[in-house]
Amino acid sequence: MRFVFSPPAAEAAGLLTLPFDEPLEEWQDERLIEISQAGLSRHVVRFVADGGVLYALKSISERLARREYRVLRALAELNVPAVEVVGIVVDRGPDLDAILVTRFLEYSTTYRALFSSPRVGQPTDRLLDALVELLVRLHLSGFFWGDCSLSNTLFRYDAGTLAAYLVDTETSEQHPALSDGQRQLDIELAMERTGGELLDLEAGGLLPAGVDPLSFGEELSGRYEALWDELTREEKLRPQEQRYRIAERLRRLNALGFDADELELISTPDGNKLRIRTKVAAAGQHSTQLFRQTGISADEHQARRLLNDIASFRGYLEQKSDQPVSETVAAHRWLEEVYDPVVAKIPVRLRGRLAPPEIFHEILEHRWYLSEQAGHDVGTTAAAQSYFDTVLPYVPEPLTTVTEGLPGEAGS
Amino acid sequence: MAPVSLEKINKVYENGFHAVHDLSLDIADGEFMVLVGPSGCGKTTALRMVAGLEDITSGILRIGGKEANDETPKQRDIAMVFQNYALYPHMTVAQNIGFALKLRHLPKDELNAKVKDAADILGLTDWLDRKPGQLSGGQRQRVAMGRAIVREPSVFLMDEPLSNLDAKLRVQMRAEVQRIQRRIGVSTIYVTHDQVEAMTMGDRVTVLRDGRLQQVGTPQYLYDNPDNIFVAAFIGSPSMNLYDATLGEGARSVKIGSQEVDLPESVVLARPALRGYAGKKLVVGLRPEHLPAESADTTGPKLVGEVELVEALGSEQVVHFTIDANRVLAEGAVDKDEAAAVKHGEGVARVAAKTPVKPGDKLTFAVSIEDMKFFDEATGAAIRE
Repeated sequence: MRFVFSPPAAEAAGLLTLPFDEPLEEWQDERLIEISQAGLSRHVVRFVADGGVLYALKSISERLARREYRVLRALAELNVPAVEVVGIVVDRGPDLDAILVTRFLEYSTTYRALFSSPRVGQPTDRLLDALVELLVRLHLSGFFWGDCSLSNTLFRYDAGTLAAYLVDTETSEQHPALSDGQRQLDIELAMERTGGELLDLEAGGLLPAGVDPLSFGEELSGRYEALWDELTREEKLRPQEQRYRIAERLRRLNALGFDADELELISTPDGNKLRIRTKVAAAGQHSTQLFRQTGISADEHQARRLLNDIASFRGYLEQKSDQPVSETVAAHRWLEEVYDPVVAKIPVRLRGRLAPPEIFHEILEHRWYLSEQAGHDVGTTAAAQSYFDTVLPYVPEPLTTVTEGLPGEAGS
Repeated sequence: MAPVSLEKINKVYENGFHAVHDLSLDIADGEFMVLVGPSGCGKTTALRMVAGLEDITSGILRIGGKEANDETPKQRDIAMVFQNYALYPHMTVAQNIGFALKLRHLPKDELNAKVKDAADILGLTDWLDRKPGQLSGGQRQRVAMGRAIVREPSVFLMDEPLSNLDAKLRVQMRAEVQRIQRRIGVSTIYVTHDQVEAMTMGDRVTVLRDGRLQQVGTPQYLYDNPDNIFVAAFIGSPSMNLYDATLGEGARSVKIGSQEVDLPESVVLARPALRGYAGKKLVVGLRPEHLPAESADTTGPKLVGEVELVEALGSEQVVHFTIDANRVLAEGAVDKDEAAAVKHGEGVARVAAKTPVKPGDKLTFAVSIEDMKFFDEATGAAIRE
């Protein structure tokens, strides 16, 4: 048996004691965990918790495993949101496929869980936006997905929106750039597969009323085209408006989470033509800023929300002391006096239901509602207690602790 | 249904890599054409240009007689059949086959009729109300094909659709795909790196190497009449035995290592160009089945080899032997590991199951001289006319 992994993967060393010489579907090990409401998969997928980390293990031919390992590493280098690959296990014995090991995405959820959760309301809009953004990011990076579906995607709550992460790259290909034909085929496949998945939920009586499986794919295609156009279209500029129009376009790109890789201004008789080569931003600018100031790792919308709270807190400190307070000092004090105490108060039994930055975001939302009702600001501490008592207990259990569902049907 | 024609098609990538060179190919209406070759030969790129996934650098693509270079994949009316498919567990077989038509808002009656026809072709009529969980592996594959069939495309494009299946199911599905394609009569281009798959499935087979067409023909024609050393080595399993040799004066014999094999006049009459090689080096080829074991005192053309390994298959024995001649390996025709393992002078023969033979024996093989192939040493081209 050979375990090929990308260092550092020291924490995955415990996986070596798993029974790799047996078919994955027959494993009996206390570290195995079942995932509820997973997506659909053509392969046997099982989940293992080891050393406090959850891993997804997929049985697959060595050729595909090596290819998927390579593609996932390439995606990570290009900052495309995808699961993190740990390694592959090959030469397991006669008639045994290879096993691809990925780290399970913390605090993630599946489309099936989202549709069955009364808490999030109708998630269609947010699912569409997240999936379209992921597909556009892939295409801008030169990746053809080949199997874009809801089952092949995991979702994370991100301050009222959803962030999508690519899970399955068996069919993905990396090119210097995609042709229009490749993009079109990817969209067609996405339309067909997502439609099939929703029709399947409908057939199983699992689709909430008001969700139309037949229009989901069409909506996906429309939103994709709109975003692609926003990010890549050529614009004609008159000389006098050139500077501010370029700045405005770059601001819009950044707001959408993208960067300009190259700007090209081409002179034509009607004025200058602006051509932009867009790339996926290294990481969301708000995520980067929040991490730099506080060490908190958060998704982009969560980070923006938390940064806004830091800014408010800074204003409060300046008002109180009647002197300027630096951004660094404000962030440090906010972490110590606001964020950490709130996170420390999350009841132990409810930890793991949502990522701490998402909980903090929801507490800020909750505070706003409570303050509206009370007619005055109730403060973060009271809002947090109320949230822990009345909201967080109703957030569904994490996918990994519920024991229904078949491991063989789990998506990865 | 539509014929597909490629006329001097080229693909040159932005980095200058020339993936396909002047490829001209006609796929007749309803024909099953297999593109085969080693990794990097351009077969998938060619298929993708037909599909509209890769832009064509130069040349003309026609589908149904109409130029299609600038058409979108959708306008080309093709169906790509991939190795990946998803069956939906809550939907019946009928729903799994027809859901894509439902998404296209096809009227219910029309949809049901198409699903019924497809199920009939696929032998799934009795299973239409079942769920995927109740199907065998082969039936699940047929449901996946059903999705492509109900679309009624003009052309099927298949890129290694069976490569993810286990060996047993793969063999079963080869026959299924072939049977279904014959029944519906849709022009099909099928890409594979597996020459056995190519030989067993295609009406005709196109062999590619380094982006260049090597030969196109029926499987049997390619097997019997390879145009060059590459095709000779690539088509057939075990591979053709190819050795450096020297043609004797007057082309009356050929010397392979230290052994001389007489050539009857009929061989030269059938290949007049051979006379020009008299006294010169060339490459000779013999299929394993053209080297039956013989008694040592046979009077006909023969080769004597030392037996290295015997594989008993029940119906016959595959004998690996060596002679003192240089074995010629066509670059790319066999994978690198396999090529590295070939010994100097190694050959393979198929001999009768009951022939007593064991490693270390000196075995005499009768040479089926009319079946011997001759190739130019420098160009690798077959010496025929």
